[in-house]
Amino acid sequence: MSEPVIKLADLHKQSAAAAASTPAPFVMYADDRAAIEHEMHHYEDPRAASIEALKIVQKRYGWVPDAAIAEIGGLLGIPASDVEGVATFYNLIFRRPVGRHVIKVCDSISCFLTGYDDVRSAFSAKLGIQLGQTTADGRFTLLPICCLGACDKGPVLMIDDDTHGNIAPDKIDQLLERYK
Amino acid sequence: MSAVRLSGDTHPLTYRIQPDLKPLDLKAYEALDGYAALRKTIKELQPGDVTKLVKDANLRGRGGAGFPAGVKWSLVPMGADAPKNKYLVCNADEMEPGTFKDRLLMESVPHQLVESMIIAAYAIQARRGYIFLRGEYIVAAQNLNRAIDEAKAAGYLGNKVCGGDWGFELFVHTGAGRYICGEETALINSLEGRRANPRAKPPFPQIAGLWGKPTVVNNVETLSNVAHIVLRGASWFQGLNQGKSKDAGTKLYGVSGRVKNPGCWELPMGTTAREILEVHGGGMKDGLKLKCWLPGGASTDFLLPEHLDLAMDFDTIARAQSRMGTGLLTVVDDKQNIVSVVRNLEDFFARESCGWCTPCRDGLPWTHKLLQALERGAGQTGDLEALEQMTRFLGPGKTFCAHAPGAMEPLQSALRFFRGEFEAGIAKSPSQVAA
Repeated sequence: MSEPVIKLADLHKQSAAAAASTPAPFVMYADDRAAIEHEMHHYEDPRAASIEALKIVQKRYGWVPDAAIAEIGGLLGIPASDVEGVATFYNLIFRRPVGRHVIKVCDSISCFLTGYDDVRSAFSAKLGIQLGQTTADGRFTLLPICCLGACDKGPVLMIDDDTHGNIAPDKIDQLLERYK
Repeated sequence: MSAVRLSGDTHPLTYRIQPDLKPLDLKAYEALDGYAALRKTIKELQPGDVTKLVKDANLRGRGGAGFPAGVKWSLVPMGADAPKNKYLVCNADEMEPGTFKDRLLMESVPHQLVESMIIAAYAIQARRGYIFLRGEYIVAAQNLNRAIDEAKAAGYLGNKVCGGDWGFELFVHTGAGRYICGEETALINSLEGRRANPRAKPPFPQIAGLWGKPTVVNNVETLSNVAHIVLRGASWFQGLNQGKSKDAGTKLYGVSGRVKNPGCWELPMGTTAREILEVHGGGMKDGLKLKCWLPGGASTDFLLPEHLDLAMDFDTIARAQSRMGTGLLTVVDDKQNIVSVVRNLEDFFARESCGWCTPCRDGLPWTHKLLQALERGAGQTGDLEALEQMTRFLGPGKTFCAHAPGAMEPLQSALRFFRGEFEAGIAKSPSQVAA
């Protein structure tokens, strides 16, 4: 019954495969730079755009490479260490490569009561990975996430930006087919 | 939502929600009294009048703590000597496990929040506001941004709100995860682009908040009530509870867990938990019995079936040694082992601790470990006493913010009500411990 605890070491190990296929060094696209600069003007202090800047880079690359940390720091006028502190604090910022699609399975109380364990096991069996890991073909990363605020539809999960409710463990094949 | 046509007089927060849950655009919203409250505010009311109305209405914070919103606003420095930059922030980081009400309001009536925020900002004379929205609420972000653009184009936002001499800008700020962002001062740090560690209080945000400036932080549901209070008056708001409670207004209540009809409904404040569960939620699924329930999120103490007839309001639930919290029930059925349920809750709290102070950072993983052992029948003599010690060491006053004390609420009540189930997890022989 006990749940697998995700260890940092596992995350390192599993990302090695994905990292090996990482293309080209990081470059900040002009569009992304402009988007970040636009965002900075919404605040009294440019630092406030740090999370949005990380999200803009992640949208482009799927994750946030090392070189992006320094680049964002320069753009916002804050130390790279501060940007890294922020990047490692928030769970929706990925500092390692992830799959093309990220599956986030809610493991909070209402989903736990309505069948989270079975849903998680079904994904693990189907994809051959545990929470915190990425499939060998780089298609899916499986992560836990806390309450998604759709508890009346438990069990709930997100794949990329889409929220799916009332997940039946025997129907996940059809669901995954929509994410190539 | 119910198929019955709701009215603004009885269901102010939800009567404009369409059966398909799609948001009304500006025109359709205006056709249902939308922005009438804002026009009235700018034309007829002084900032202090708005605060007084909200105070008289006895609008208490719907984020869980129940602090009177008007009192919060009245602590903000006003007048010529007040700092020029002041901020209004909407806490839309809905992440309390078991809570799904703010999502509904933002996805389905975004203009209501935008209008109410403009009025609230006028009351404290803020020039800028932010909606701190959790990153996972993609549709809410789209709908709110569209509503803000429409409001801007119509002159409800900008340098001259409704043609007057006061200006207000509103932005949606999306987060990147972490439950602790819902804590008022951690939210402010996050909004400033820092790690979401809570700040010491005092100073309170009303005096020194975002970038050190006076800042009011209110929950989505709290703010959404403001336009209605301005339009219909404080005594109308007081009467919405139909005499069921000392607290005013309606409340978004709900239920999740293994019930027939899980959902969220706007009901008079003080509606009983039994009505929420049995009438609106349809009762437990066939073959299941109610074992216990959380009144309003993971950080509230469990209550028992015998407590179902209590009015769901702040004071009544507090007298039963729990908290109303967010007001959305999570029900636990008789097929669940309470140790597993509490282990799940503490797993959440341990993972979401920001790590800032020691009792929380170290105590929560330890608590989780003890519960994991008890869950697999490998607990040791003294584990229950250790857990009880945690409820004191991580309780109110021992930590920087309310995260760890919140985590202790379901644990302490579960130990009180279901001690036998925890004792059953203690190993009968040393070999079981090793396993």
